[in-house]
Amino acid sequence: MDFLRPASWEEALAAKAEHPTAVPIAGGTDVMVEINFDHRRPEYLLDLNRIGDLSEWEVGEKTVRLGASVSYTKIMENLRAELPGLALASHTVASPQIRNRGGVGGNLGTASPAGDAHPALLASGCEVEVESLRGRRMIPIDDFYVGVKRNAMEPDELIRSVHLPKADGPQQFSKVGTRNAMVIAVCAFGIALHPETRTVRTGIGSAAPTPVRAKEAEDFLAAALDEGGFWESGSPIPPSVAKQFAQLASGACNPIDDVRGSAKYRRHAVGIMARRTLGWTWESYRGNERSAQCA
Amino acid sequence: MAGTPTPRAATAPARTPTNLTQGGKTKAGIGESTLRPDGTLKVTGEFAYSSDMWHEDMLWGQTLRSTVAHAEIRSIDTSQALATPGVYAVLTYDDLPTEMKNYGLEIQDTPVLAHKKVRHHGEPVALVAADHPETARRAAAKIKIEYVELPLITDEASATAPDAILVHEGRDDHHIGHVAHPNIVHRQPIIRGNVAEARKRADVIVEGEYTFGMQDQAFLGPESGLAVPSEDGGVELYVATQWLHSDLRQIAPVLGLPEEKVRMTLSGVGGAFGGREDLSMQIHACLLALRTGKPVKIVYNRFESFFGHVHRHPAKLYYEHGATKDGKLTHMKCRIVLDGGAYASASPAVVGNASSLSVGPYVIDDVDIEAIALYTNNPPCGAMRGFGAVQACFAYEAQMDKLAAKLGIDPVEFRQMNAMEQGTIMPTGQPVDSPAPVAELLRRIKAMPLPPEQQWLAAGEGADVRALPGGLSNTTHGEGVVRGIGYAVGIKNVGFSEGFDDYSTAKVRMEVINGEPVATVHTAMAEVGQGGVTVHAQIARTELGVTQVTIHPADTQVGSAGSTSASRQTYVTGGAVKNTCEHVREAVLEIGRRKFGSYHPAWATAELLLEGGKVVTDGGEVLADLVDVLESEAVELELEWRHRPTEAFDLHTGQGNGHVQYSFAAHRAVVEVDTELGLVKVIELACAQDVGKALNPLSVVGQIQGGTTQGLGVAVMEEIIVDPKTAKVRNPSFTDYLIPTILDTPTIPVDVLELADEHAPYGLRGIGEAPTLSSTPAVLAAIRNATGLELNKTPVRPEHLTGT
Amino acid sequence: MRVTFTVNGRQQEADDVWEGESLLYVLRERMGLPGSKNACEQGECGSCTVRLDGVPVCSCLVAAGQVEGHEVVTVEGLADYAKQRAEHGSCGSGACGTSIDAAKQWEARPADSQTGENTELSPIQQAFIDAGAVQCGFCTPGLLVAADELLERNASPSDADIREALSGNLCRCTGYEKILDAVRLAAARGEGQTAGQGA
Repeated sequence: MDFLRPASWEEALAAKAEHPTAVPIAGGTDVMVEINFDHRRPEYLLDLNRIGDLSEWEVGEKTVRLGASVSYTKIMENLRAELPGLALASHTVASPQIRNRGGVGGNLGTASPAGDAHPALLASGCEVEVESLRGRRMIPIDDFYVGVKRNAMEPDELIRSVHLPKADGPQQFSKVGTRNAMVIAVCAFGIALHPETRTVRTGIGSAAPTPVRAKEAEDFLAAALDEGGFWESGSPIPPSVAKQFAQLASGACNPIDDVRGSAKYRRHAVGIMARRTLGWTWESYRGNERSAQCA
Repeated sequence: MAGTPTPRAATAPARTPTNLTQGGKTKAGIGESTLRPDGTLKVTGEFAYSSDMWHEDMLWGQTLRSTVAHAEIRSIDTSQALATPGVYAVLTYDDLPTEMKNYGLEIQDTPVLAHKKVRHHGEPVALVAADHPETARRAAAKIKIEYVELPLITDEASATAPDAILVHEGRDDHHIGHVAHPNIVHRQPIIRGNVAEARKRADVIVEGEYTFGMQDQAFLGPESGLAVPSEDGGVELYVATQWLHSDLRQIAPVLGLPEEKVRMTLSGVGGAFGGREDLSMQIHACLLALRTGKPVKIVYNRFESFFGHVHRHPAKLYYEHGATKDGKLTHMKCRIVLDGGAYASASPAVVGNASSLSVGPYVIDDVDIEAIALYTNNPPCGAMRGFGAVQACFAYEAQMDKLAAKLGIDPVEFRQMNAMEQGTIMPTGQPVDSPAPVAELLRRIKAMPLPPEQQWLAAGEGADVRALPGGLSNTTHGEGVVRGIGYAVGIKNVGFSEGFDDYSTAKVRMEVINGEPVATVHTAMAEVGQGGVTVHAQIARTELGVTQVTIHPADTQVGSAGSTSASRQTYVTGGAVKNTCEHVREAVLEIGRRKFGSYHPAWATAELLLEGGKVVTDGGEVLADLVDVLESEAVELELEWRHRPTEAFDLHTGQGNGHVQYSFAAHRAVVEVDTELGLVKVIELACAQDVGKALNPLSVVGQIQGGTTQGLGVAVMEEIIVDPKTAKVRNPSFTDYLIPTILDTPTIPVDVLELADEHAPYGLRGIGEAPTLSSTPAVLAAIRNATGLELNKTPVRPEHLTGT
Repeated sequence: MRVTFTVNGRQQEADDVWEGESLLYVLRERMGLPGSKNACEQGECGSCTVRLDGVPVCSCLVAAGQVEGHEVVTVEGLADYAKQRAEHGSCGSGACGTSIDAAKQWEARPADSQTGENTELSPIQQAFIDAGAVQCGFCTPGLLVAADELLERNASPSDADIREALSGNLCRCTGYEKILDAVRLAAARGEGQTAGQGA
């Protein structure tokens, strides 16, 4: 095993180009488990900790450029207003110690369906900025997950940042685990209301081979909200609509039975979470609408 | 440094277990919450745990384990591993030095290294010693083993089928004569009264089938230790265990060494809970050290730890109870089937406990009980906190709630109406001859104030998810959440039962050092966290009137202390320390009489005590300073002490005075269940326990809270999942074997009752296990109360609560 | 490879480090600092928690090479770390750093054969002993580092705050009640002290 310690992003890209099998390591919270438990013996470890840029974020007018290594703790503490869904998801990641080290780049690189950030990233409609010596490209999150623990990256590419639209409406995140802290998701659900475009986006974790959106549920809800004039009126969502949305979210799952939970439970729980998180976001939207009108 | 054990090996490890000396600020004897003598070492990181052992030039040992559960081994090829640079030795069964190739607590059925056959997933097959753990791992991976898989025995049906393949062929142990099938380790029936007749008196009959999952001890300190070859051909072994001398008796014959050449020192033990009663890496490290002539360290990682020790027996329990309409229990029939896995370990004793305690703390004169343990190809199961009694309590307490509901009687009242008391005859025919305040414990637990409703709203604004089911995962803000309350009570035996010669040994030395009388206590008691070292110092202060007490590291240079298990150490080794102290006191007084007897008649006539460094009469008159009595003399005695003898249970009727003492605890659980998602938050888990006499109240409460939490864990999350198709463990990690975090653990108010047992030292009662029993059924009862579901399996999973 | 970093204020160096070794392994097996514990080596128990540039992390999940040039505080250095903080004021970021003078003064404590009733402890260490929060003690070092950092950030945490901050540290012996007591005790003593100083 060789330990590569590039001092700059350019050096890192060069190293990755020279050694495409090199495993990038930043927070180490995935990679080191695999090394400690002898599941993986990469030829090269590519340490990204010296590249300060990866741990920084910029809040722009429309988007947040989030460095791949910005820790979950920093996201929770600093980006709750701009990225509420991701901040909530970050808070459910493992433990305080892990949140201090891990970042979104690791979740994306590993691309495990159980990664806590994915549902929030899907719901936000972000883009992943990846780069190699060959050039830079933005991968829409919808195209990023291509298989079980596989993503759309080329072997010579590294994740530099994620560009997330600043929240234009309420966002929520829920995750079921069989423990009240430090637990891997049995399944998870993220939702983001986008009042500006009158759309709703969702993300489901741990209930399909990859993180997925509940597209039918989104379309159904967007149509129902539109047709009923709910965006304008801010009226409560009828239970029948919430129920249908929940059922469609369940239907978007393609889960398996494993030690963490049954497929049937996962489908069921995603539906419950979809209904609840829709309720919370919509209540929040209504509250904001009302206070906006009063003002 | 004074008192530090002299190294007997050619060289000593970098850090070794040290004397624990306490005095100065700490003066108190028994009954006070004195602080741990090892506390400072533990909070500064200087306490020498077994995995902290380090030696110049040491090698690392690695175990290669079977990847299949049941198979013939056709061949093992170690040539590539041996050829790996940095590798010093590769050992298999063929390298074992003597005819003794097995070990075991009661039945020596466990191969040191697999021979021709593996019987469970993760069985040790080969060993490697190398200069770095990674070298050892890589070499182990190069060992080629050819397996031919055999049919699997995974449950009672497959184990006892007439043509079932035998897990162990040619059994010649002392249980084989009374079991119906060689795949049954041991069977214990208990028949008392006439169930058929009593059944006719029953107005209601309740039946139930219950399943208890396989729990792991999940001690945090992994199996580990260091073996150092010594110049005389022997070996020094620094290890974490529960019983040094039991280890020694199993290790020495395999090594072909006399016991005195295997010198064991207890290193820091990171928790045990039964999981260190059996050997793990002990023999392996010694074999590698003796083969290479170098110190060898073995440390399991968490994955290997799940294969490195036995687990709590999973069980199926079939119960029938009857009661009259005015709430009196008429009879009980039960059948308890424990899965012992591939090797016997403590299975026979678990069977004895399960059967003899299957009635619970209730009066039922007519019973028909059967408990068996199976040999299967599942992971071996053995000792864990409360064994046998834990599984039974889960089932009989569910039955009590069912009966109470059917009779329309309050469940606590129903239990109280049938509660045993001092004088009650156990189903084994043994009278309970010390306080059994079962009804009183239930009264106390029910009388405790209930926690306020909807505490998650207490903050005022919105919901604090940390106080809700699902916790930080943000699954509910109160939706679907229903509260439930449940009660349970249990009975556990204390000490080793069934005629076992259960004794301990204590060596106590008293002398004057730097003008102060000092006591040194040396036992082989395994301090595993329970606080035995604290209590021993307190006993020495109480009995010998000294302030400064030194606790010598536990080792095999002193007689056996028996096991740190069965809630027995404060009773038995505490009793041994008390006893030796009393004899030392007599010897000191004898010196005093010799020197000063002629100066004061009280030396001959009064009851004399040692207090505050002085010899005093029971009237409080000071006769002499201990410093003047002892001068340069030292008094040192090593004595054995045993509790009252017990008897074996009759193999057909189960009758016999099998137990020495019982311990009782009751719990009230308050839970909130998210009924839609099937997630549970335990809000409060209150416990009342009779401890006889609290030698150290702070430690007593700590034990009760810890035991309670382990019971909570198996109620809602803990289970080793074994694939029935392959008998392989599916979740050997802390990622998927979950134990409670601080956010899963509620407040645990404890009400301690002290009713002395006149037969026990200071009237104390063994306390470690009882709280683990009733905690689980109380939580289950509360979840049933919240959901109305029957819930006959533990742990309760979200699937059970949501019908998915 | 060679790895050089600062541990408890003192520059340390390890040679022939295998690239797959964790910070935890290097501390325990190469630097004679086994206080940080090896309970799970998968980031699920917190027993190996150390401060890395002031931030609590699981040292089992930090590759040794990643620590090159950085600062680590382990349980062995916690008393000095807390003392410095008390003397030089709090550091909200947690990245206290160590002055050259302090580094020179720091000495490894020899493994004492006595129980060290007179050993100078940090407030959280003392509180753990006094509250009965130590049983087997294997989780204790990680909990101490995490709890000390909590009190550095939040001098009077609520019970929910304590539970959240310590939710990454498993304990199998105590049921956590006495650990909560210990953190409350240390917080109360801290407030008492501050009040006493009239600050």
